[in-house]
Amino acid sequence: MTQNLQTESLRARRVVMGIPLLWLLLLFLLPFLIVLKLSFSETRLAIPPYAPLLEWLGGVPHSALHISNYAFLFTDPLYISAYLYSLKVAIVSTFYCLLLGYPMAYVIARAQGTWRTVLLMLVVLPFWTSFLLRVYAWIGLLKHNGVINNILMYLGLIHQPLTMLQTDFAVYVGIVYSYLPFMILPLYANLEKHDGALLEAAADLGARPFTAFVRVTLPQSIPGIIAGSLLVFIPAVGEYVVPSLLGRTDQLMIGRVLSDEFFENRDWPLASAVAILMLLLLVIPIMLFQRSGGRELESHH
Amino acid sequence: MKTSGWFPRTILGVGLTFLYAPIISMMVFSLNNSRLVTVWDSAHSPTLKWYGELLGNDEILGAAWLSIRIALIAASGAVVLGTLTGVALARFGPFRGRTLMVGMTTAPLVMPEVITGLALLLLFITLQQAIGWPHGTGMVTIILAHITFCTAYVAVVVQSRLVGFDESLEEAALDLGARPGTVFRRITLPLVAPALVSGWLLSFTLSWDDLVITQFVAGPGSSTLPMVIFSKVRLGVSPDVNALATIMVLLVASGITLSALWLRYQYRRRERDLQLAAAANQ
Repeated sequence: MTQNLQTESLRARRVVMGIPLLWLLLLFLLPFLIVLKLSFSETRLAIPPYAPLLEWLGGVPHSALHISNYAFLFTDPLYISAYLYSLKVAIVSTFYCLLLGYPMAYVIARAQGTWRTVLLMLVVLPFWTSFLLRVYAWIGLLKHNGVINNILMYLGLIHQPLTMLQTDFAVYVGIVYSYLPFMILPLYANLEKHDGALLEAAADLGARPFTAFVRVTLPQSIPGIIAGSLLVFIPAVGEYVVPSLLGRTDQLMIGRVLSDEFFENRDWPLASAVAILMLLLLVIPIMLFQRSGGRELESHH
Repeated sequence: MKTSGWFPRTILGVGLTFLYAPIISMMVFSLNNSRLVTVWDSAHSPTLKWYGELLGNDEILGAAWLSIRIALIAASGAVVLGTLTGVALARFGPFRGRTLMVGMTTAPLVMPEVITGLALLLLFITLQQAIGWPHGTGMVTIILAHITFCTAYVAVVVQSRLVGFDESLEEAALDLGARPGTVFRRITLPLVAPALVSGWLLSFTLSWDDLVITQFVAGPGSSTLPMVIFSKVRLGVSPDVNALATIMVLLVASGITLSALWLRYQYRRRERDLQLAAAANQ
């Protein structure tokens, strides 16, 4: 009985939950605390390039807090515009992902037997191949003398090659492309559970298919929509690879700014402040995801 | 259940084309003779010359070998930790620290990689200053970082598998006098075995594929395959990367097809055994 399991195996239980808890505390939570502390630290020309996190002054541990890094982020327009641009890219890409992913999940959820398995596998398969290489593939399609321009010119639809690479459009395409399975899977997990009898009842009561969809299916699928959207939106805000390979050079996203501050300028405290502000921006979506998303995500594996 | 209308089905077609067109185009152009990747040189193509060039590229081969070793170790470590986490979350009811544990296993799934990478590197540097370990960054720190983010995925997979089974089997074994350790080994573990396999494969893929976190925690001389590819493609398209991508896609596709066939075979065999058992009972 559960009672037995709880009393007899107390020690085993402690080990089973203790080990991963300790690991996650040490390698997931503690690092964030260090980032937080470092974001209030001063840059120094040293190795590592920041003032010590703790200094001993007269035998007492002393830790200075400087808000200069945050002040700097708000004075230089580069950072504000990178944050706003990242938000815009993430929102627009999430919207397109939903627009494309919802109908796909809908058809898969209503398909029968083998068809459903095959379609689901087709959606998941790209996820198992390299993210980096899939983004890279778009360079060959989008560039000036790339495949898309060649086809359009061959068909006589355009006479001048379109500029698609290094534009907002290319970033949207790249993000929608790489995160689409993350939108489809939670939606599918939700739509699959819907009771067909409700739609039949709606039809019996005289609702047209479209009305029935809007009034019955859509409201029921809101948890799936939320989970899928958060699963796309949150990582998209900090996306690094897609804008680096496909995006504009005159407008950086915040993930790239963080990485540049860290690797190019070696300003670790400033990079930490950039990270903390990004986290503040994402803390509400992440908490929402933990409430709704976790559950929707679990059912598809 | 009724099938869907023409509109969502069209979108499904468009979506699938969108998912596969880039991959297929990459595979086609890996056979192109021209260095100008997207211009088809019909006189000398198809050719396998980029595949040959790939096999002679020591940088890529070395990086691939490093990535394989890292992924093997990281996936195995993540399966152990993730299983413990999943079991604790699915079977232990409410316990102190559970909320924290849930938070720390779902947050890594969505956390932007630049943040995780920065945080982990700063941890390693702080540790090195405080206790003298790890000695610099390299394979060890990459493995530790990969285990950490893969654990979250394994935990989700294992937990959802366990939630699907109620605890009655484990309780029955305990009632019959089995020790908790035995129950875990003989009952819980076989129940979650499929989740362990898919969790391991998922972790292997994530580790093998990771660029951003790895870039932060990798040291000089420990360039993984994604790092080498990224530094190449940053400068534009390169035909041997097309060849590499084709090989990887084909490997993954055949692996998935084989595992799907194997699962189907297992399922059929089980069905047949059940029928035989039913027939024997009559």
